[in-house]
Amino acid sequence: MSETTTEAGSTSPAPITVGSTETSSIDLRGTVTETEPPATATPSTPDVAQAVFNVEDLRVYYGDFRAVNDVNLQVLEHEITAMIGPSGCGKSTVLRCFNRMNDLITGARVEGKLHYHSVDLYDPAVDAVEVRRRIGMVFQKPNPFPKSIYDNVAYGPRVAGTKKGLDEIVEKSLRGAALWDEVKDRLKDSAMGMSGGQQQRLCIARAIAVNPDVLLMDEPCSALDPIATALIEELMEELKQDYTIIIVTHNMQQAARVSDRTAFFTAEADEHTGQRTGLLVEYAPTDTIFTNPADERTENYITGRFG
Amino acid sequence: MGASTISVGADRARRDVEAQLTTARRDWKGPLFVGALLFGLLLAGFFLLAVLWTVVPDGLSVLSDRGLDFLSQPQWSRAAEYGIFDGLRGTFWIGVFVIVFAFPLGIGAAIYLEEYAEDNALNRFIQLNIRNLAGVPSVVYGILGFSIYVSFFGGFFPGDRFGGETTAAAGATLATLVLPIVIITSAEAIRAVPQGLREAGYGIGATKSEVIRHHVLPYAAPGILTGTLLSLARAMGEAAPLIIIGGVFGGSLGPKSGFFDLKQLGEEFTAMPLLITQLAKNPANVSTWRETTAAAILVLLVIVVLANLAAILLRNRFEKKRG
Repeated sequence: MSETTTEAGSTSPAPITVGSTETSSIDLRGTVTETEPPATATPSTPDVAQAVFNVEDLRVYYGDFRAVNDVNLQVLEHEITAMIGPSGCGKSTVLRCFNRMNDLITGARVEGKLHYHSVDLYDPAVDAVEVRRRIGMVFQKPNPFPKSIYDNVAYGPRVAGTKKGLDEIVEKSLRGAALWDEVKDRLKDSAMGMSGGQQQRLCIARAIAVNPDVLLMDEPCSALDPIATALIEELMEELKQDYTIIIVTHNMQQAARVSDRTAFFTAEADEHTGQRTGLLVEYAPTDTIFTNPADERTENYITGRFG
Repeated sequence: MGASTISVGADRARRDVEAQLTTARRDWKGPLFVGALLFGLLLAGFFLLAVLWTVVPDGLSVLSDRGLDFLSQPQWSRAAEYGIFDGLRGTFWIGVFVIVFAFPLGIGAAIYLEEYAEDNALNRFIQLNIRNLAGVPSVVYGILGFSIYVSFFGGFFPGDRFGGETTAAAGATLATLVLPIVIITSAEAIRAVPQGLREAGYGIGATKSEVIRHHVLPYAAPGILTGTLLSLARAMGEAAPLIIIGGVFGGSLGPKSGFFDLKQLGEEFTAMPLLITQLAKNPANVSTWRETTAAAILVLLVIVVLANLAAILLRNRFEKKRG
């Protein structure tokens, strides 16, 4: 990572600054919207000021189809935030807004406010490539590059311009992903020969090699067996010391085990068109969601009555 | 209930299950399907064998008698002294044109279409047209090449003695002929790159051009190579467009430059398929024309097989690299 500036008392990279901090933001369609003063906090809502992500009225469209409706949530530093819900509820779609991965989908459009350390991620001046260096992603299916283990981890730092100290970065990242001892003697071997669980931990190592601020995990264990899953969950607990983590999972037990806060999404059909649009039902500390949910839909879901 | 009762029951259950499992209907459609597939394969193999059967013995006799003489001598009116130098040289330069112009342009167009072009009506129309162009008869490309490269550009060497009917015009025409094929096969190969690989690159902070150069193209390389080298073989086997372009057909070339001499790009040309067409028109029972024709065919076959072999070897190398 070329960026070495650190905030006093913080080990995370400095937030992206786009020109001067203005009081207005510009959404993707170029319409200028006044930035509202921080919304009055609901009891479970953390203080906006210390939020890594501050999401207000986020809507995502694919062409004319509205995939997700008015999401409001704050993601706190060094916490694991889980997003759960039935298939098609838009949780992955929302996750992919956090590092502008939705930019890659033709016709995808984002409205509303998505601030990262108070910077509008969808400001036209923001470089999506730089965003993704700070906000790393681990995908559902392990997707190592068809290269050596070493080159997989070193790839991110290399494209970011790092030439020296790659060996140290690779070792540190592999240790960080609890993979070093298994692969230290075969760093030059192809990553494609590893097991699924190892590949996924390699993908985590690859993501943390660029020293990001946030890790987005899109159902990282859904293709793994229980042992590999347990390893990754254990790893997440350690990673949260250094990173802020947002995880999408189908596995409610996983959300209950690893996360500090849980967002429950569901999808509801439009009365007229019948189109199903995702929405955020409830966002609260994980304990609350699983023991004392405020919304009936949340309770039905976590007790296994639907979804 | 005694043990014997249980074992009797178990025995009956076993017989019932066995009866059900062993008297299932025969899957007669399966073997029929395999048979039809095998027939197609054998038919294709039969034609290849038939060609080799007629060409190899005759051709080999000439090649072993004349040796390098056959490859290095110009065309001649006597079968015993006939050589295919002119044809080899023309075909070589046509191949160079295809590699130098059609490959980079075609692969570049494919990258643009797959990675950059928006999915709108205009681009879909362009894609459709490229597909149609790949199906246009080669003789039509000959006419196209004649009007553009010969008439308009004067064969790239205006004022030559050959009225624009030059090696360069022929190479450009055949490069144009295979361009749509190169685009289509490269685009297919690029489309087959898993989206997860692209996402992995973007997710780590690579730019679009880095994702394409570092991940998409290496992954697509085997497919691109196969398609492009097959199109090279196709270009080297075409005769019809060259007849239109005015390849020397049925006579010797004038004073000639060396095999690799760039000067001959501006001179008149012929190529292996033209020589074979011309040779095949000689009466089979006069002199050794029949054997000479077979030898020329054999040489062209070897060239095409070598191109395909290179495609396979390169593909395997790239596939191994991609793990």
